[in-house]
Amino acid sequence: MTTGDTSTRAPELLRLGGVTVRFTAAGRPALDAVDLDVAAQEIVCVLGPSGSGKSTLLRVVAGLQPADAGQVLLEGREQRGVPAHRRGVGLMFQDHQLFPQRDVEGNVAFGLRMRGASRADRERTVTELLDLVGLPGAQRRAVASLSGGEQQRVALARALAPRPRLLMLDEPLGQLDRGLRERLVVELRRLFRELGTTVLAVTHDQGEAFALADRVVVMQDGRIAQSGTPLEVWQRPASEFVARFLGFDNVVEATVQGEAAATPWGKVPVPDGTADGPCRLLVRPAGVRLTAAPDGLPATVAARTFRGTHVALLLHPAAGPQIEAACTLRDAPEVGERVGLAFAAPDVVVLDAGAPAG
Amino acid sequence: MAVPLAFFALFFAYPVVAIVGRGLKEGGAWQFGRFGAVLSEPDVVQVLWFTVWQAAASTVLTLLIALPGAYVFARFDFPGKQLLRAVVAVPFVLPTVVVGTAFLALVGRGGLLDELWGVRLDTSVWAILLAHVFFNYAVVVRTVGGLWGQLDPRQEEAARVLGAGRFAAWRRVTLPALGPAVAAAALMVFLFTFTSFGVVQILGGPTFSTLEVEIYRQTADFLDLPTAAVLTLVQFAAVLGVLALHARAVRRRESALRLVDASRTAHRPRGGGQWALLWGTLAVITVLLLVPLVVLVERSFAGPDGYGTVFYTSLRSAAAADSTFAVAPLDALWNSLAYGAAATVIAVVVGGLAAAVLTLPRLRSGPSGRTPAISRFVRGFDALLMLPLGVSAVTVGFGFLISLDTPPLDLRASWWLVPLAQALVGVPFVVRTMLPVLRAVDSRLREAAAVLGASPWRVWREVDLPLVRRALLIAAGFAFAVSLGEFGATVFIARPDRPTLPVAVARLLGRAGETNYGQAMALSTILMVVCAGALLVLERLRPVDHSGEF
Repeated sequence: MTTGDTSTRAPELLRLGGVTVRFTAAGRPALDAVDLDVAAQEIVCVLGPSGSGKSTLLRVVAGLQPADAGQVLLEGREQRGVPAHRRGVGLMFQDHQLFPQRDVEGNVAFGLRMRGASRADRERTVTELLDLVGLPGAQRRAVASLSGGEQQRVALARALAPRPRLLMLDEPLGQLDRGLRERLVVELRRLFRELGTTVLAVTHDQGEAFALADRVVVMQDGRIAQSGTPLEVWQRPASEFVARFLGFDNVVEATVQGEAAATPWGKVPVPDGTADGPCRLLVRPAGVRLTAAPDGLPATVAARTFRGTHVALLLHPAAGPQIEAACTLRDAPEVGERVGLAFAAPDVVVLDAGAPAG
Repeated sequence: MAVPLAFFALFFAYPVVAIVGRGLKEGGAWQFGRFGAVLSEPDVVQVLWFTVWQAAASTVLTLLIALPGAYVFARFDFPGKQLLRAVVAVPFVLPTVVVGTAFLALVGRGGLLDELWGVRLDTSVWAILLAHVFFNYAVVVRTVGGLWGQLDPRQEEAARVLGAGRFAAWRRVTLPALGPAVAAAALMVFLFTFTSFGVVQILGGPTFSTLEVEIYRQTADFLDLPTAAVLTLVQFAAVLGVLALHARAVRRRESALRLVDASRTAHRPRGGGQWALLWGTLAVITVLLLVPLVVLVERSFAGPDGYGTVFYTSLRSAAAADSTFAVAPLDALWNSLAYGAAATVIAVVVGGLAAAVLTLPRLRSGPSGRTPAISRFVRGFDALLMLPLGVSAVTVGFGFLISLDTPPLDLRASWWLVPLAQALVGVPFVVRTMLPVLRAVDSRLREAAAVLGASPWRVWREVDLPLVRRALLIAAGFAFAVSLGEFGATVFIARPDRPTLPVAVARLLGRAGETNYGQAMALSTILMVVCAGALLVLERLRPVDHSGEF
């Protein structure tokens, strides 16, 4: 479908328009007028805290949860009234949901069987997929005998086997230990690239999302708070909610005037072209520079945490809320030491004034 | 959903309404004044009170005695377990008349206990209560034990590790998981004993009488249909009340249980306590369940000239029996088997569909919040399925006769009349056995299958069926057994030349003479053996390990 001719570009593989889901008549909806497009072969990761509606989003696309309003289009076709088993999408559940009474082969071949594939086809596909996910020869193993990581791989193979036009992953690596997770995320991305799979994943782990996705969509209370490449989202969080969700806590009230903003911490330089007026301002920890004590904003080191590649400092300035800073181990001051603080404009982000605080 | 609804409307609601209408209508007008008249009679009040308290006492006693048994069958491995499991279920399928007689032979005048120690219980209520426990032991062991065996013991272990004592772990982890099954079993026992008929009629004498016995007397002895109709409605209302209580009790959230293969949770008893429990259970089964059965068999062989098979051989010819028997009593065996098989198929199809409907994803309470109206409807449907257990079988049988007699529903001459009536009693068993297990299936497994392309029907076949196959077999076994033993309705509608075993037994018992009595015992023994055999076959049909099978 991907031809160079832009005039006949394939429509978005998945298009959500104003999708709304209410679990209770009163109260806020689980999904609130969500618009989302996923292009063919794109890997999109929906990122959000639990309860932000991301799993509901997958269930709506899969046809497991009817939408109260809005449209779900797959390859341009409206999916209202199309039952889950006719949508041709794959869904990998958070806790795998492997069929306990079937062995590995029975699980992986299930979708093929439902589509009436021949026995030979099924066996070949199962063998290929088990090789692909790194479990060659596991066909006859009982599901109960698999470790968490192996179940993960079987669940992935099962979801991939019917060649779904869209593969959805619900917290794909949620239950695995850290090392395995970091390795698998790289494997998954390589695998999806190779197969040209279109992927819509949800996770609450930003590391997972940034490593896996071409595009990250941050959700807040059933609404999309921001959408962009991992780099864009990381560098320019659109709202205080997104910033805080990504772990940035240096957020203050500010009034921009010219090249600087007045804040409780004093003058903070802002990037060129920032509009004048009141706003919320984020200073990324990397943009907090330590200077000799007499210069800059005086502050006391309240805590320091070794983070492997850098040291995270928690600072109590003379005025304003506490500040987080990052510096190399060599430059890190001791707890209790008095330092001066300066701010670097490239790491200062003006947040969307319209978005409410998270 | 349409099939179970139509089935119940046609073969349950219609006949019952017809016969009640006949009793309460006069000259086209309803005579509700009869309620007050009937219900103010002291005799009726007495009957009502006795019906309620003996049912409650029987239920409590059954639970006390049978719950340890359920545990033993669920968790212990011991030689002869399968055989014993089948034996335990036998009393449940015996015709009530036979059970009453067997207990009379055991604790009555000139009975075994009387001969040995001069103990007689037939004048006390204890004979009735013990007979009810005898009957319903299997209900508790099967319903509760079936689920218990599939509960993951590691859940309890997790609680133990968290600092709970053995009993606390059981009370906080296992008991809540078993709750719905225990409630279902208790409800069944209460309904059975509430509508108890044959047992009370024989062991109760003139002192004790339940509603059902009173309805039968009014219908068959005095032909007083108005009084019978009032009592039927009273019983109906009481049953509705019990079912409403039940619905309230099980409204607690259904929780998905971790179910595992029952064969993996059982182990040989360890330690003195467990051995004592096993032996205690075996002793209870022996005294309470086996002794009456043995007495029954003993009587069937105790001919006029010492022990022998004279009663059995005489069953084969019609000539040897009274001239009132148009056919050889043994033919009743084949009639019973054919009726029972047909009734089982009907009950499993109707009950299975109903249970599946009740667990449909869109009707389940879940995050998608079903509307209160649907929720109420589901609960109502759930309760409706239980009603045949509570409505007088006598009323249903008589209702069949007088209502299903006009075209296009002229079934009086149809062979299907008997299986239909019997299936009516079997359906609640199927539903009750299937529901707890179906509800315990994680709904996301179904969703996983649906996303992989399985249609709803396919999901049921591929996900639910393998997980509930065992429960389905147990349900079918129950339905078959209940059909074989059904008496109250069948006695009205079975054609004289096609009697079932219980009907034949009752006819033989109803006539004087040692030969008739002995033949009744012999026929009962045959019925007992047939039921035990059928149940044993089901026990052997364990679910095969499905791994890798397509």
